[in-house]
Amino acid sequence: MTVINYDSLNVGDRLPVLTTRPISRLDLALYCGASGDHNPIHVDIDFAKGAGMPDVFAHGMLSMAFLGRLVTNWVPQHQLREYGVRFVAITHVGDEITCEGEVVEKFEQDGEQRLKLALTTKNQHDDIKLKGEAVIGFPG
Amino acid sequence: MIDTRFIGAALPEFSADVEAGRLRFFAKAIGQDDAVYVDEAAARAAGFDGIPVPPTFLFCLEMEAPNPAALREMLNIDIGRVLHGEQQFIYHAPAYVGDRLTFSPKVADIYAKKGGALEFVVRETRVTNQRGEQVAELRCVTVVRNG
Repeated sequence: MTVINYDSLNVGDRLPVLTTRPISRLDLALYCGASGDHNPIHVDIDFAKGAGMPDVFAHGMLSMAFLGRLVTNWVPQHQLREYGVRFVAITHVGDEITCEGEVVEKFEQDGEQRLKLALTTKNQHDDIKLKGEAVIGFPG
Repeated sequence: MIDTRFIGAALPEFSADVEAGRLRFFAKAIGQDDAVYVDEAAARAAGFDGIPVPPTFLFCLEMEAPNPAALREMLNIDIGRVLHGEQQFIYHAPAYVGDRLTFSPKVADIYAKKGGALEFVVRETRVTNQRGEQVAELRCVTVVRNG
């Protein structure tokens, strides 16, 4: 991992993009087991249809985990102070997710220099699925 | 309509152990190939005091509650009608494999939009470790689709 230097960063700087392979039903089954989120709507098509959905769909938290990888590929996790997202649209089976991040603010808080990142996930059609923010701390 | 008298209600506190095997399975499920998240030596070489709990995994540990459906049952919500609206983590101290984390959830807010077609439940959870240190705060917004 390249060491990220606070002073050399500017608002508008972008993180290296992370793109996943298309989300498969196996991915959803693995995430169901690994996460402990056993809501059948993500893995059982009969249940999903009964609930009025056309198909199973991805856990929002799977995409939030992808976006978390984008951030921790860039800075060590112990510099992560806050991380939040809004699940803007449903991520579907077959979607290929691109995670992007951009520096939007440099500031000081709790005695350290901090960066705010704007984060998004998009599918292969450029539809935004998650919008979020992370705050990164640089202890002096 | 969800009964707003439950705003402020606490859900049962519980503890969950951070296990290396669970984190390995989670790393596989999210395509995480950074050795820091599965290998203690790699984690220590990278300056961590152990294998770190990845940023979103606290939400997964919150599912370890003795009754993960407690909130839905209390508010009488059908699982087929819920969507995850928002999720936020504020991190105060790192958590590692071997830690025993205690989760204290409460209902922070309940509100409706679009004339009740969508209802929102906000759960806030405080997480502390076995030394009583505050590890994180979680905020989860659940959307309930009505009609």
